[in-house]
Amino acid sequence: MKTLIKNGRVIDPANKIDSVCDVLIDSGVITEVGVNITANADETIDATGLLITPGLIDLHTHLRDPGQEYKEDIISGTRAAAAGGVTSLTCMPNTTPVNDCLAITKYIISRAKEEGSANVFPIASISKGMKGEILSEMGELKAGGCVGFSDDGVPVVSGELMRRAFEYADTFDMPILTHAEDLTLVAGGSMNDGPVATELGLKGIPWVAEDAATSREIMLAEFTGGRLHVCHVSTKGSVDLVRQGKARGVRVTCEATPHHFTLTDEAVRGYNTNAKMNPPLRSQEDVDAVRAGLADGTIDAIATDHAPHHYDEKNVEFAVAMNGIVGLESMLPLSLNLVEEGVITLNQAISLLTSQPAQIIGIDRGTLGVGAIADIALIDPALEWEFKAENLQSKSKNTPFSGWKMKGAAVKTILAGKTVYSR
Amino acid sequence: MSFNPKHILGIKNLTADEINFILDTADSFKEINTRQIKKVPTLRGKTIVNLFFEASTRTRTSFEIAGKRLSADTVNISASSSSVVKGETLEDTAQNIEAMHPDIIVMRHSASGACDYLAERLNCSIVNAGDGTHEHPSQALLDAFTIRQHKGDIKGLTVTIAGDVAHSRVVRSNIHCLNKLGANVRITGPKTMLPPGLEKLGCEVFSNLNDAITGADCIMMLRIQHERQGKTLIPSLREYSRFFGLNDENLKLAKKDAIVLHPGPINRGVELSSSVADGKQNVILDQVENGVAVRMALLYLVAGGEKLQDE
Amino acid sequence: MATEKIEILDTDGVNRALTRIAHEILEKNKGVEKLAIIGIRTGGAHVAAQLTEKIREIEGEGVSHGTIDVTMYRDDLGARSNLAVGHTDIQFPLKDCKVVLVDDVLFTGRTIRAAMDAIMDIGRPDSIQLAIMVDRGHRELPIRPDYIGRNLPTARNEQIEVEFNDQNKAMAIHLFRA
Repeated sequence: MKTLIKNGRVIDPANKIDSVCDVLIDSGVITEVGVNITANADETIDATGLLITPGLIDLHTHLRDPGQEYKEDIISGTRAAAAGGVTSLTCMPNTTPVNDCLAITKYIISRAKEEGSANVFPIASISKGMKGEILSEMGELKAGGCVGFSDDGVPVVSGELMRRAFEYADTFDMPILTHAEDLTLVAGGSMNDGPVATELGLKGIPWVAEDAATSREIMLAEFTGGRLHVCHVSTKGSVDLVRQGKARGVRVTCEATPHHFTLTDEAVRGYNTNAKMNPPLRSQEDVDAVRAGLADGTIDAIATDHAPHHYDEKNVEFAVAMNGIVGLESMLPLSLNLVEEGVITLNQAISLLTSQPAQIIGIDRGTLGVGAIADIALIDPALEWEFKAENLQSKSKNTPFSGWKMKGAAVKTILAGKTVYSR
Repeated sequence: MSFNPKHILGIKNLTADEINFILDTADSFKEINTRQIKKVPTLRGKTIVNLFFEASTRTRTSFEIAGKRLSADTVNISASSSSVVKGETLEDTAQNIEAMHPDIIVMRHSASGACDYLAERLNCSIVNAGDGTHEHPSQALLDAFTIRQHKGDIKGLTVTIAGDVAHSRVVRSNIHCLNKLGANVRITGPKTMLPPGLEKLGCEVFSNLNDAITGADCIMMLRIQHERQGKTLIPSLREYSRFFGLNDENLKLAKKDAIVLHPGPINRGVELSSSVADGKQNVILDQVENGVAVRMALLYLVAGGEKLQDE
Repeated sequence: MATEKIEILDTDGVNRALTRIAHEILEKNKGVEKLAIIGIRTGGAHVAAQLTEKIREIEGEGVSHGTIDVTMYRDDLGARSNLAVGHTDIQFPLKDCKVVLVDDVLFTGRTIRAAMDAIMDIGRPDSIQLAIMVDRGHRELPIRPDYIGRNLPTARNEQIEVEFNDQNKAMAIHLFRA
């Protein structure tokens, strides 16, 4: 089966290509990229006016499967991914039970292969049961298909265990992904510490809770020589710490979420539980710093922290509402908005969404090179549409962006040559 | 003017004119409380549910008396705040109560925003009797009423609020209220008890009590919770009292005719020395008395008046 | 459509009516002993003050005088926007008093009902009488005035207004017809 995509603007940062041309896919693999390809294709797609990019890669999602399928499962989560132009994603291990063993990893991978609409690369836990006590069997988990380790959401408190985690993971050339947060400084807070929290009477989570932990993890990575990926940086300080770490030659990368570069803690007003997440929405100064980090390359990837929660878990008092929002279907337009606002270039945006995240977890995706697996997003950058929670593919509708006017969307998502989403 | 609020959720969204309208209305109701027959038929046939998810004696009693003096039927419900534990959400609890058709729910809850939450989901009127560390509008209004009673116009007065600001809903409502009425608001307390951004709310922040009360017209002392002692915020009540307690000595720094307010219940010997607590400058019992009139005014304004049609 | 404004009483007419009512009150109550003039806010209160003054002029001695606000006793809360609640000011015991309730215009009688309830809540007077500047008819309750400045049959959609000057003295009474 041959598919020919014609006349689109191909943006392939990994191969430094940005030009209008055609892409030929044969049996799920890209066989030719060039101008005026003539081939007997079974299917020809006219991509005039569209971007042809590698399928997007999201380094941070929660698919809730196994154990919390009422929020999301592998089928609905990957369907949401496809609708957002995402063809590859990682899923965090805080499932029930925790993904700390080969059986769970295998379940996730096989279920995704059989029924999913995107490639799923599991992240396994750093510690067994995410309890922060005993290291997971990292070697075996890697062999089973995991691409990194994280106790996302429940940061490892013990410095000693974290040190050993870096060393042990590096033994297998695997990165540690950290949710950097000093829980003793969080001390029961439920939103960013600052004037808005003071006015709303909500206990604040100070920026220093994130910065102190980020600092420790960078130093441990520096000390051990291990590889660190800092998840969802949200503060000015964290961005600075990563920037300084990189300058010193520490093996550190980091990601930022669309909500952290789009919204401030003002969004919490009215006790909007869909603006409650961890790390919390921060101040304008922090948002500006995250944007600057994206622009200057300090931040390596845009990732969603897609965290589906059931309506009942959000329809409660703010302080007891669950943390997190869904993000797979809003990541692309919110990222393109940074281009629209002149924060980053279109090529930067695509590489933050494709080739760079692929490199962090070491997967052979995120490129349109000849011979690469044909994971492709066709993006209409000019399409204006209204983002509506009720239209989401995800099982959960917890988003603060419902009703937003968006610009830019994936109109076709192709996974290994097969169309998995069409708008 | 006329003022027909559907709910009273906080001071933040009230205008100075609306606040003054409430205070004027309260002024008229105050007379009833000194009559032999302390009852008017204004809210006859109305049902008011005092839904308290958090223990409170004085606020609940004050609202109950206010409702009864207006001839409303008042019902007190003490509910458990830990909805998650029960498996029943706050919305479920409230909907159960609304099914009995109350006209007004007076609500106290430990979560900030709980009243806003219910106001969005129920048809009856909600009067906030304190939500978490967010707002306590009736307390701020009775404080303003008491200040007005003793000082005339609030405009231009210097009001110092001292104590555990971080954990006080009274402070937040008072800052909004006093600012709208044109007072200069000073805030003081140990830095562990001062949340960030108070200046943005329109206050001058002091870390020294003496500086904060020098030249003040009104001093509002906040209750220090015993359970805060020996934790991370203050080492001991003894030390707190020494540096942040009001006594005869430092009270002299305020204006000669300064008044001392306290939302109660007071801790004698902690935030207030006994001599100040019993002194002639304190107006704490006036506050309690005025509380009934202010709450009558709130219930009257919420119950009466043609409301805009709900969606 | 233009509104027609018809003068019912001019300043002299108002004055004569008040003087007559004052005499009638004194005659019926045999002087000022135990007499109390209570005006209903706001128009009635102004008229009551004038009546009190007239009685002082005639008798050479003062009479108990108060004002009452009936907002809290109205039967139409919720049917219109909130009215400001005015002050009730009765600084004397009502027990055994002969109260003359004063209002400017008598219409449905509902305000008088509310005022009587309000007075009863404050104390137990010996009797309550009713003095009115203009009785325009259309009673909805069994209420009858004892003293009337002017009887004036009206249509329901017409309006009666007592005009007060800066010193709250009644100057004239007008009828407005659409």
